[in-house]
This record gives sequence, C-alpha cells and structure tokens, in this order.
Amino acid sequence: MKNTNVKKGWNRDEIAQKVALDIPDGAYVNLGIGMPELVADFIPKGREVIYHTENGLLGMGPVPEQGQEDPELINAGKKNVTSIKGACYFHHADSFTMIRGKHIDICVLGVLQVAENGDLANWSTGQKGAVPSVGGAMDLVAGVKTILVITKHTTKDGQPKIVKNCTYPLTGKSVVKRIYSDLAILDVTEKGLFVRELAPGIDFDYLQKQTGAKLHEYELE
Amino acid sequence: MINKIVKSTEDAVKGIFDGAVVMIGGFGEAGSPIELIHALIDQGAKNLTVISNNTGSGHVGLAALIEQKRVSKMICSFPRTSNSTVFPDLYAKGEIELELVPQGTLAERIRAGGAGIPAFYTPTSVHTPLAEGKENRVFNHQTYVLEYGIKADFSLVKCKAADRYGNLIYNKTARNFGPVMCTAAEITIVQTSRVVELGKIDPENVVTPGIFVSRVVEVSNPVHESKLVFENRTYP
Repeated sequence: MKNTNVKKGWNRDEIAQKVALDIPDGAYVNLGIGMPELVADFIPKGREVIYHTENGLLGMGPVPEQGQEDPELINAGKKNVTSIKGACYFHHADSFTMIRGKHIDICVLGVLQVAENGDLANWSTGQKGAVPSVGGAMDLVAGVKTILVITKHTTKDGQPKIVKNCTYPLTGKSVVKRIYSDLAILDVTEKGLFVRELAPGIDFDYLQKQTGAKLHEYELE
Repeated sequence: MINKIVKSTEDAVKGIFDGAVVMIGGFGEAGSPIELIHALIDQGAKNLTVISNNTGSGHVGLAALIEQKRVSKMICSFPRTSNSTVFPDLYAKGEIELELVPQGTLAERIRAGGAGIPAFYTPTSVHTPLAEGKENRVFNHQTYVLEYGIKADFSLVKCKAADRYGNLIYNKTARNFGPVMCTAAEITIVQTSRVVELGKIDPENVVTPGIFVSRVVEVSNPVHESKLVFENRTYP
C-alpha cells in the first residue's frame, strides 16, 4: 500500500504554475487544448503575456461570464473566450504565418508520448478505424520557437509516457525542449534527458523507474 | 454596373455541379455559412469534394450535407470534433474519403491556390505519417516537405458586412478561412449579415477586396450551429 499521507508529486495546478514561471514577460504564447490552458492562470503578476489562438486571435482573454458568450469568438478548442484590449483578429493564413514563420515564442502542448530526443506524439494513437484528426499540432511543433510539454508522467495504467522512442505516430521530430510532469521537470538535450527539478517526495531512482528512457543528473557546480 | 448582390441563397448556389470541389469556410461553427450549405442541400449537387477545417456537428450545416451522402471526399484538418458523429460514422463504414491535412498547411495550400502558386515546401509534418510518399527537400540543413496549392470550383463563405462590389468585413474569429477561400475559387459565394452602401466600409478596413467575390446574399440573422445542435434540429 502506498503511503498517502506524504505529499508526492505536483497536482495539475502546480505543474501549470511551474510552466508559467518559465514564461517571460512579453512572450507571445500559444497554449494547447486541455491541461496547457491552465498555464494562463498562473503567470506571475507584472508579466505581460500575449496569447495566440490559431483560429485567428492574438490577445485572447479569459472565459466570458455566463450570458456573455459569443459563438463567433472562440479559441482553438472551440470554447468561448474573450479578447483583451489591444487584441487583433486575422485569417488562417496570417495566423499560421505567425506559427510557421517562427513568430510565436512559446507553445505549451499536451502529450501522448515524448521521447528522450524530443520527438513528440500527441495527435493520434494510430488505432485502426479511428478518425485521424491533426488540427494545428504539426504546424505548432514545426514553427514555434520553444515547445514545452505538460503531462502526467505515466498513463492511467502506469505505462511511461516519457520513452526512448515513440510508438505512436509522430507530431514532430526532436521538437520538445522541456517536459513538465507531475513528478519532475526534465530538459531535453543533445545528451539526453536531464532532471531539472524533482517534485516533492520524488527521488531520482523512483523517477527513473517511472520513465521509459535514461535520465541524467546535472552535475552540481 | 457591378452588382454582386443576389436575391436569395437559392440564387447564390446556382450552378454548383455534381463532382464540384467546394471550399466551405468556418472553424467549428464560427464562420460556417449554414444558410448557404442548407441551400446547397436543397439545390441537389452531389459527389462533392469539400474542403473545410472540420466536418460539422449535429445534423445541420456541413454535417447535414455529409449525412445526405452528397460529399464523396473531405479535405480537412480536424474531422473529429465534439458533437460530430455523421462523418466519423460514414468514415468507419468506408463510405467517405478523407484527406487529412495539417491546419496551417491547409490554410497555406488554399492561400497558394488563390495566389497562383502551384506548390511550396514546409517543415510541417516532416517525419510524420502525413508526409509519407511526399517529396522531401533540404534547405539550410532543414528538411521540408512539398505541398501543393489547392483550388476550388466554388467557395462558400460567411461574413458580417458586404457591399455590392463584394468588399467584405468579418466578425471576430469567424474570419478564419474566409479570406483565403475567397481567393481560391472560380466562383466565390458569400452570405453576409448586412449589405451596406459602397463607401460604408472604410477602404482601410476592407478585409476581402471585392475582386475575389462573385456573389453576395444577405442573411440578416444567421443561425448558430451550436443552438441548432442544442435543439436537436436536423436539415432538411
């Protein structure tokens, strides 16, 4: 039996907060659907961050109050949003010029699998008969300057999501720069995965057991 | 005299023929020209290839057109969205073809088609299943994949205001694919919430120049797909 009294790992909000701390003032940021959306709630006060949503809005604001929803003002997840003062709308070719032309600074995405070399799989499990849907995922990983991913360290049945090689179809090759999980923050480097920070109650050996690729420790200066 | 305004959605969709390639604007329900799609259902053209980001939801609009077995092929980036069952069911039965295209590549293929650019290279989808069988080329040590510009016989687009020259402005994120689709079709058909006098749209603010537009029909209170889906409505 696991000891549930001792705090182990980070919850969803805490992971999102860790990502938010790494987003600098003035950044143009695209947040993927799901857990990445939480990041916007934790940007430290005093930092001005502009959110891009690829359906055609720069300067996306928070969810509207009930009754104020506009079906023609939505985000990439097709949820109702608002626009901030100073926002702008544009068509899809311009929106993806921002992405594919490397004008967006940071993109935070969810994960099916991420490999030690930064390969990302997050659009399809390759299951036969399933309807494949890709949206803007491949454009984002190919074009945004820095790709951060946010994920549970393992699947619901305990399989590692951070692996040596992705078995699911790739979204992009060697694209992920940093991984934020409930157990740790990992840097993707040319020499492999380096542990940047361990979550409370997690030690290196435990983390290694939960990971499908070899982990490295930074040498202390 | 130039007057692109037509009287009805029925007039607007005249001439769409069996086997036509039709671009349909919209990202989800935002910008989806529901009234024009319903007019196309009434009009009867079949065996269509439809280029649209999604496949519609519920049993109205694009989903209804697909449900009526009028579409033989979809070219889109995200066919599986919430409340979208019509396309997935037909796809599972092998009764409709799908060409899956990354969203930015789809937008750029349409832009290229409208701009007379036959093909271009992009890093999007390199080393993924969507690049299989496509030509790769290395520029400055990075690999790119060849993608082709795409054109249509007709585009169906929704906007907020239009004048008789076909100058258009859009509403918020309903703009999405509209402006590029207007450029890439032989005949571009637009439904607008409002027809305005020439000069009412500040030339500085025109989003789609009228040269790209063939027909405009006023639909003053367009329905919203989410509302129809919520009410379990079907078309016809």
